[in-house]
Amino acid sequence: MSDSFEPQIIAFCCKYCAYAAADLAGSMRLSYPSNVKITQVPCTGRVDIVHLLRAFENGADGVYVAGCMEGDCHFVSGNLKARKRVEYVKKTLAELGIEPERVEMYNLSSAMGPRFAEIANEMTARIKKLGPSPLNNKKAA
Amino acid sequence: MIVADRKSLNEILDMVKNYNKILVVGCKGCVTVCNVGGLKEVQVLAASLKIGRKKEERPLEVDEKILERQCDPEYIEQLKDVVDNYDAVVSMACGVGPQFLSEAYPNQKFFPAVNTTFYGGAVSHGIWEERCAGCGSCIIHYFDGLCPIARCSKSLLNGTCGGSDRGKCEISKDVDCIWDKIVKKKIAQGRLDDLLPITPAKDWRTARDGGPRKARREELIQNG
Repeated sequence: MSDSFEPQIIAFCCKYCAYAAADLAGSMRLSYPSNVKITQVPCTGRVDIVHLLRAFENGADGVYVAGCMEGDCHFVSGNLKARKRVEYVKKTLAELGIEPERVEMYNLSSAMGPRFAEIANEMTARIKKLGPSPLNNKKAA
Repeated sequence: MIVADRKSLNEILDMVKNYNKILVVGCKGCVTVCNVGGLKEVQVLAASLKIGRKKEERPLEVDEKILERQCDPEYIEQLKDVVDNYDAVVSMACGVGPQFLSEAYPNQKFFPAVNTTFYGGAVSHGIWEERCAGCGSCIIHYFDGLCPIARCSKSLLNGTCGGSDRGKCEISKDVDCIWDKIVKKKIAQGRLDDLLPITPAKDWRTARDGGPRKARREELIQNG
């Protein structure tokens, strides 16, 4: 894949942890790839399978959900539900012949600004390695 | 409720491979309750099919709709203005749905998106178990509310058999031996003697063995 490939990555971030961590990363002047577009959700439990699928359908090369640390969800178990939904989408992608690594679940706390930047870097590197989503082949050609 | 399982995406994609515009129709009845063919599942299937076809660079146009039920003509009729706008229609209802749709709209092609599996209930979130076999002549009152027809692998009426092992059925460690439960419940209630009479062979004519079944309730039939 050409080096010029800049993936579109959608991150669903929980208001209490991951989004706050993104804020902190900003305050700390930590840079992370601009490929990551953040969607704030009140809790990752709000993120449904269909939201993840529609992100891919509409052109995302990678999608991740970032919620609170397990056991620390503001709404008790939203992040655990999100993890299971991410697993479901991984299976769906695999069934359709798309790399399941394009979707991932992460957990971090609001104090983990550097970890937020690390995750954004990690996911961007992973998707760059995988190349454009097979749904975007035409666009890449 | 009627419990179902969604077919694999590849099987459904194969059904609609020759079409470019389809309608996915859900049902708000049993398949919504068992999380297989309700609104959410319709959305997920539609998105998945679109992704699958977009990957093949043969985009599929998919519209989504949900009916109150697909086992009553008055709800089936709600599709009459749109049903011909599509190359094919995929039903997420139990096996009744696509058949009622086919009968109502003979010019359209209907495909089932689910495998209808059994009559049962949710024993916990996300886990459903069979409880009824629809045999047409209920006998569970003889067995303290536990059905040996649906829940014994051999539908034995005078159990247990030699395959009962510490409360489990020989076919799988995940399957309880219902006769073990029946006997234990009778013992707990001090009514083991209830099981002394031999239960005669069942008349299966009320079940599928008697051919397709029909229920007729004269007091409800309108216009003769």
